[in-house]
Amino acid sequence: MSVELTNSNGSQHARIMGVGAYRPGRVVTNDEVCEHIESTDEWIRARSGIIERRFAEPHETVQAMSVASARAALEHAEIDPQQLGCVVVATVSHLWQTPAVATMITEELGATPAAAFDISAACAGFCHGVALGSDMVRSGTAKYVLAIGVERLSDITDRTDRSTAFIFADGAGAAVIGPSEENGIGPVVWGSDGDKYDLIAQKESWIDVVGSDTPSMPHLRMQGNPVFRWASYEMAKVAREALDRAGITVDDLDAFIPHQANMRITDAMARALKLPEHVAVARDIAYQGNTSAASVPLAMDRMIRDGEIKSGDTALLIAFGAGLAYAAQVVKVP
Amino acid sequence: MATTEEIRSSLADIVNEVAGIPAEDVQMDKSFVDDLDVDSLSMVEVVVAAEEKFDVKIPDEEVKNLKTVGDAVAFIENAGS
Repeated sequence: MSVELTNSNGSQHARIMGVGAYRPGRVVTNDEVCEHIESTDEWIRARSGIIERRFAEPHETVQAMSVASARAALEHAEIDPQQLGCVVVATVSHLWQTPAVATMITEELGATPAAAFDISAACAGFCHGVALGSDMVRSGTAKYVLAIGVERLSDITDRTDRSTAFIFADGAGAAVIGPSEENGIGPVVWGSDGDKYDLIAQKESWIDVVGSDTPSMPHLRMQGNPVFRWASYEMAKVAREALDRAGITVDDLDAFIPHQANMRITDAMARALKLPEHVAVARDIAYQGNTSAASVPLAMDRMIRDGEIKSGDTALLIAFGAGLAYAAQVVKVP
Repeated sequence: MATTEEIRSSLADIVNEVAGIPAEDVQMDKSFVDDLDVDSLSMVEVVVAAEEKFDVKIPDEEVKNLKTVGDAVAFIENAGS
């Protein structure tokens, strides 16, 4: 039959309307980390900028942390859960292959029957979620989208691995994305480099674990120096492209909120980007560690709460990690 | 083509910029790690800056062989020739 199909109609512009965070209660010091690895508080601080991090307790599940951060983001955005059209959850540490934790989060929030799914883009996941949410709002597939980044990396970190044990941590952050009179989310610059898939990865597949005589958690492993090089320099180019695509320069920025991978990466990127002194740089990693998909919204939330950035400010987000996968966009602070 | 001393001097400026080590301390016989306290992440930054400055490629697997300033200068000289 020759019939025409109608199209969905969205908003011309989208913006982040609110952010929320959940930080687990238990503080883990560098000295505690050093009970399992041969290292020192001084070495960890010099190497990563991390002073302490937080590990989730058993009741602080991926779902529970997500719901807490989502409620805070919804409140900030002044949006009811029933208004959500889609819930996107970025995580690599929800240790159920299926179903997606997004559906259970959506139900607990009271947002059913919103569309709900998980995405696997590791540390880059939140910025992927913001990009998807922005596109949904513009295309009309959802009016309001909740993007969550959540991790319990303590479950998949080898406490005895000197190259990762001090880095990874737990937490959740969320953002509500919705229609806007003015544009609040610049074009995403994203991509992948699967040639480097082995630099950060689960050390073996679940099938291999089950087939082993001595099964153990397939922890994350990471080759620090090549990752440092890629993140510090290749990602600075991606960040510059995101500024170009948004039609602004570093001088127009109020804040730089990169994935909190390592303070040394943040510093190297800031130098490579030649950020002016007035640009506030997110340094949430000092007290939060590297929380993968959760780090960007956690950092943004802290900067808002601490008064470092205010509503309407212009912030460059960039996130990068296992895959390797990356995404960057300029946003207006809610 | 830069002389050995010119390469050492430029490298010393890079080490100074990256790690805050006085440039005059960056002499041929000095070990990056043991004498100059340049850790492996700073070494990555030095390598990237040196690649740009001298228009050479220093592969990741080569970096661990560059133990002294002299090793790095020699590598840059050979790679550039």
